[in-house]
This record gives sequence, structure tokens and C-alpha cells, in this order.
Amino acid sequence: MTQALPQGKLYESQKLALWYFWVALALFGAQVLFGLLAAWQYLDPNFLYGKLNFITNRMLHINAMIVWLLLGFMGGVYWFLPLELGREVVGIRLARFAFFTLIAAVGIVVLVYLLVQYGPGNAFTLWFITEGREYIEAPRWADFGIVAVMAIFLYNVVATALKAQRITGVVAVLMFDLVALAGLYTAGMHYTPNISMDQYFWWWVVHLWVEATWEVLVGSIMAMALMHLLGTPRRIVETWLYLEVALVFGTGILGLGHHYFWIGTPEYWLGLGGFFSALEPIPLVAMVVHAVYDAGMHRMQTVNQPALFWAIAQAFGNFIGAGVWGFMQTLPQINLYSHGTQLAPAHGHLAFFGAYVTAILTVIYMALHQVRRPELPRFDSKLWKWAFVLMVVGIFGMSAAMTIAGFTQTMVERAIGGSTWQAYIDAQQHPWFQNGMVWRFVFGVFFLVSYLVLLWDLVTIGKGEARTAKEVGAHD
Amino acid sequence: MEIGWIETTIGALFATVVLTLWLSRGSGWLEPRFWRNAAVVSSLIMTGILLYLTIDSLNQIREGSARVPAYTVINKAVGLKRDYEKRRDIPVIGEEVGFFGKLWSEKEAYALVNKGKMTLQSRNCMDCHTLLGNGAYFAPDLTRAWLDPKWETMVKSMTGKATKEEAMAEWLKHPDRYPTFVRRMPNLGLTDEEAMALVAFLKWMSAIDTNGFPDRFAGVQ
Repeated sequence: MTQALPQGKLYESQKLALWYFWVALALFGAQVLFGLLAAWQYLDPNFLYGKLNFITNRMLHINAMIVWLLLGFMGGVYWFLPLELGREVVGIRLARFAFFTLIAAVGIVVLVYLLVQYGPGNAFTLWFITEGREYIEAPRWADFGIVAVMAIFLYNVVATALKAQRITGVVAVLMFDLVALAGLYTAGMHYTPNISMDQYFWWWVVHLWVEATWEVLVGSIMAMALMHLLGTPRRIVETWLYLEVALVFGTGILGLGHHYFWIGTPEYWLGLGGFFSALEPIPLVAMVVHAVYDAGMHRMQTVNQPALFWAIAQAFGNFIGAGVWGFMQTLPQINLYSHGTQLAPAHGHLAFFGAYVTAILTVIYMALHQVRRPELPRFDSKLWKWAFVLMVVGIFGMSAAMTIAGFTQTMVERAIGGSTWQAYIDAQQHPWFQNGMVWRFVFGVFFLVSYLVLLWDLVTIGKGEARTAKEVGAHD
Repeated sequence: MEIGWIETTIGALFATVVLTLWLSRGSGWLEPRFWRNAAVVSSLIMTGILLYLTIDSLNQIREGSARVPAYTVINKAVGLKRDYEKRRDIPVIGEEVGFFGKLWSEKEAYALVNKGKMTLQSRNCMDCHTLLGNGAYFAPDLTRAWLDPKWETMVKSMTGKATKEEAMAEWLKHPDRYPTFVRRMPNLGLTDEEAMALVAFLKWMSAIDTNGFPDRFAGVQ
């Protein structure tokens, strides 16, 4: 059943994956740009006031992130799936169709966000302009599109596995996770005037979707990546993956409770949420142990250094961003005061970067190696270390600045001021807070620069003068 | 129905461990089979508990329940009181005072609050403000916005309106005209009806029992 490809050739599915990666990287740039605009508006509130308000910049910032990470994940799966199953992905034309549909839909949504921005308070706005619920602002028509694209994606994975008559542990986990991924998104597709009810299911998308199913999806992708990157035996990789799923779902599903402290839900969530989210860092610690062990076994040497470094950054970033920064404010006794302050974005920035951005970059570097210099024993460039270091410093700088601002808010606005409108203003004018916002912007600019360095490296890495005909043939 | 969280937690972990061990008897704990079973068992048990608790929670947060008030609460005085035994603030609902000078029937109150929520979503309020602590952090939290002292001490005289609800509606229609901070809310083109509905939504939301968040709002005694 297997169709082994000669070295330097790519499966159609892998060629498609490259499209996913480049569009994802472009949207990554859009995310950074709109984030920077929003960060600048903290410092100069009159900048673009009334034309391109904070609401719009912030919405584009977080929505671009969701879409580009999803594209990156799908690219990652389309890249590794044929290698994992030893055959071409079945519905490759369908996958291409889904890709272009998604791009067209994203384009329309972005244009509406930028040009229309908001609408009257009725159902038409929710269907065609914005749903106005943080992170899932996409209008309802686009929601259906996202679920349809996810369904096609799921179909392709399942059908390919069936056709290959080979369901590995990684693919099995992937299939079940994609069912949850497509299913949970629909929990956010309803309207109710009852905000407690609204928030209850909103968190099914924002926590269960992003923190549970995405974690497992990225776990599957990293499992496939590690087998190729370090030649780790399948038995070990799959055992780790199962362990991770057991711990992520075992702690994360009820860890959802840490979002149910203050939205009107019953008191038992305080205990359940506090306890299970205290356990949530455990799988992330396990991943760090795994990564350090694996990398140490190979004395940090592999054919693809940049990919190895991003893979290690993934393990640490996931643990520090999602684990430490999450745990810092997850207990109800702390969260009562820290909830809804700059501590939340401090955690968010570090966690999304550490858990997901790093993983996608790992895969992209691996893919570029195959595309550009498959015969080279080492895939290297001068710039990748710069991109790596600058980006990590940038994200840590932003998160540190927001952490300090967040603690200021926790103390001045919440603990002392009693959380009123005036207390909010007092905290926002506190020098510790204002300095935090300045440094967040400075490190934001830093991050933009590192993004450009990264992009330049990705465009040029492996493209030397001494290209042979065989390598040129590797391009599509 | 009261569910003890400690019993639930211990029960869930115990069931997960026992079921995993029983299903994996014969294989060592380092074998893939053991962890595959653990993954399946923990996912199923935790999902089962979540679904069960969801049914219970949804019953407790239905509008008109003890935790989430009926929409007609907009007709009544709403305040906060310290519960010293539980050490947290709870909303108190007082006598009928009307809203925009009238009493709203159940149907009218629903329609108004519903319109308020639609307006809130259509203007992406959550991409600047937090509600129940969730959203963006560019502007104040709105969980107890109706009870904020600023409407009485500042906005009423600023807008020259006689009642709090009228002052709020006027402010929401022209936030750019009445600045309170260097960061001004942009004018999002709210109609009279939308502004009124939004005030109704904020009043209704301020009466939700949020387990004490935010603590000692405006120094509640």
C-alpha cells in the first residue's frame, strides 16, 4: 500500500502544506501589526480614534492569531500525514478547495472588520458583520465555513488512514481530537441574552477548544515531528503522547472550572476549577522532561538545528506560558483580584507563543529542509539564531511588562480601589502600570523586528548558490 | 442540588486510576497500552462529569433562578450587600422603582434586555471592556457598571439628566462628548432605543450573583 517517494520529491499533500504555512506566516504578520497598533493606542489614545478604534485592532489581532495557528496546524498535519501513513492524502482536491475557500472567507471577514467595523444591534450584524464575542467575533456565516473546513480536514485524515489500512497511535489520537475540534467550535455558535449561559458555552470554545483540543493536536504534530527530527522510536513517542492526552484531558476538562468562578455559575466550580487547574501544569512539565531528555541524548545535534531549538522552546514555552503564568492566577483566592487585569494577556501571550507558535515554526523549518536541501546533512543559516533569540526575548519582554501592569491593577484597582470606574482609571494612571504599557510597546516593536528577521530567514534558508538540478526539482 | 466538590474530585481521580489499572492488568505502567487506556478512561470520565455538572449549572443559571435574576429585575432597585458569613458581596433586589419612568412587563423586559445584549455584541464591547471579568482590558469592567458611583457623582451633572438611567443612556450615545479619562470611548452610533436597551442589560447583569466578584465593589459595607 505504501508509495515511497524518491528523495527530494514531495507528496501533493506536502505541497499543499507549504501554501498553508506561507499564508499562516502572512497572517502572523497581520497579528503582530494590529497588536502593535492596539498597544500604541494605550500610549496615545487619540491615534486613529474614531477611524480605526481599539476594538477593531484588538479584534483583528486575536482573530488573525486564531486563523493563522489553525492554518499552521492543518499545514503540519498535511505535511506529516503522508509520511506517517506512507501514502498520498486521499481528498487532495477537496483539501485544496477548502484552503482557497478559507482564504477567501478570511479575506471577506477582514475587509468587513476593517471597512464596516460594527453594525446595528440586531441579528443581521451577528450573521454578517461580527458576533461580538471576544475570540469568536467571526460572523455566523464564517462559523459554518470554519466547521465545514474542519470537517473536510477530519474526513481527509480518516479516509487516508482507512485507505492506507494503517492507523498508528498518533493518527488515532489525531482523529479523535479532530472530532472534538470540529464539534466544540459549534458550542460557540448560538445567541442568548443570558450572559451567564453565553459565557458558560463561550468557554467551551475558548478553553476546551484552545487549551484542550489544540494542546492535543499540537501534541500529535510534535510527536510526528520528533520521530523525524530525532529519530525517537515510535513506541516511546506514542507512549508520551498517550500520557500527555491522559493528563491534558484528565486535568484540562474539569480545569475548565477556573473560568466558572465569577460568571454566575454555582460555587462548586471554585473548588473543582481551583483543584484541576492546579494539576494542569503536570502534562506540561512532563513534556519538558521529555524534550530535555531527547535533546540531551543527541547532545543538541540534529540535521535541523533551528527545528530542534524551536521544539525545545515549545516544551519550555508551553510549561512557562501555559503552566506557570496560568497557575500564577488560577486559584480562586488570587483570581478574585487578578481576573480581568493585564495578567490575563501576560499569560495569553506567553502561552499561545510557547505552546503553538513554536510548534508551527518547528514544522515549517523541517518542511523547508525537505523542500530546499533534502540531501544536506545539516540545515543551517546565519540568521535563524537571531530570529530565535530576538523572538523569545520579545515575547518575554511583553509578558513581563504586562505582568507588572497586571499586578498594579490587581492591587490598586481591585484590592484597594473596589473595582469601580474611578479605581480603574487610578490604576491605569499609576506609574507602574504606565511604564508597563510603554515597555509592552517597546518589546512589541522588538517582536515585529524579530518577525521580519524570522520571515527573511524562512525565505532564504537553504537557498545557496550551489543548488543542483535535483534540488530545483524538489520545488513544485 | 448541592454537589460537594471534594467528593467529586476524589471520586473522579479514584475512578480514573482504578478503571485504568483494571483495564491494563497484565501490562506494566511504562507500556503504551497502559497510557492509551489511561487517556481513554480519563477523557471519558472527565467528559461525563462535565456533562453532568453542565446540566446542573445550566439549571442554576437560568434567568429567573436564585443566581441569575429574571429580566423584570430592571423594574426594581438593585444593590449589593456584604454577606459576612460567606465573606463576599451578594446582590440585593429591593422594591419596585420602575425603569425609564415605567414598569416593564415580563415580555417587554425580555425584549429590552435582549436588544441590549444584541447591541453589546454588535458594537464589540468585549474588545475594550470586560464583562464578568472577561474581554479586553482597555476600558473598565462592566460587571457592576449599573452600581458604579460615577453615574450619580459625575455623569448626571455632566449630561444634565434627572435620573441615572437617562444619564447613562445619554452618555452611551455621546461618549466622545463627555470624557472621563484620556482614553475616550468612541461614538459607536447608538440609537435611543439601543442606548436604553444597553442600560437595561447592564442593570440586569449587575444583579447576577457572581460568587463575590469583584470583591467589595465600591467599598460595599
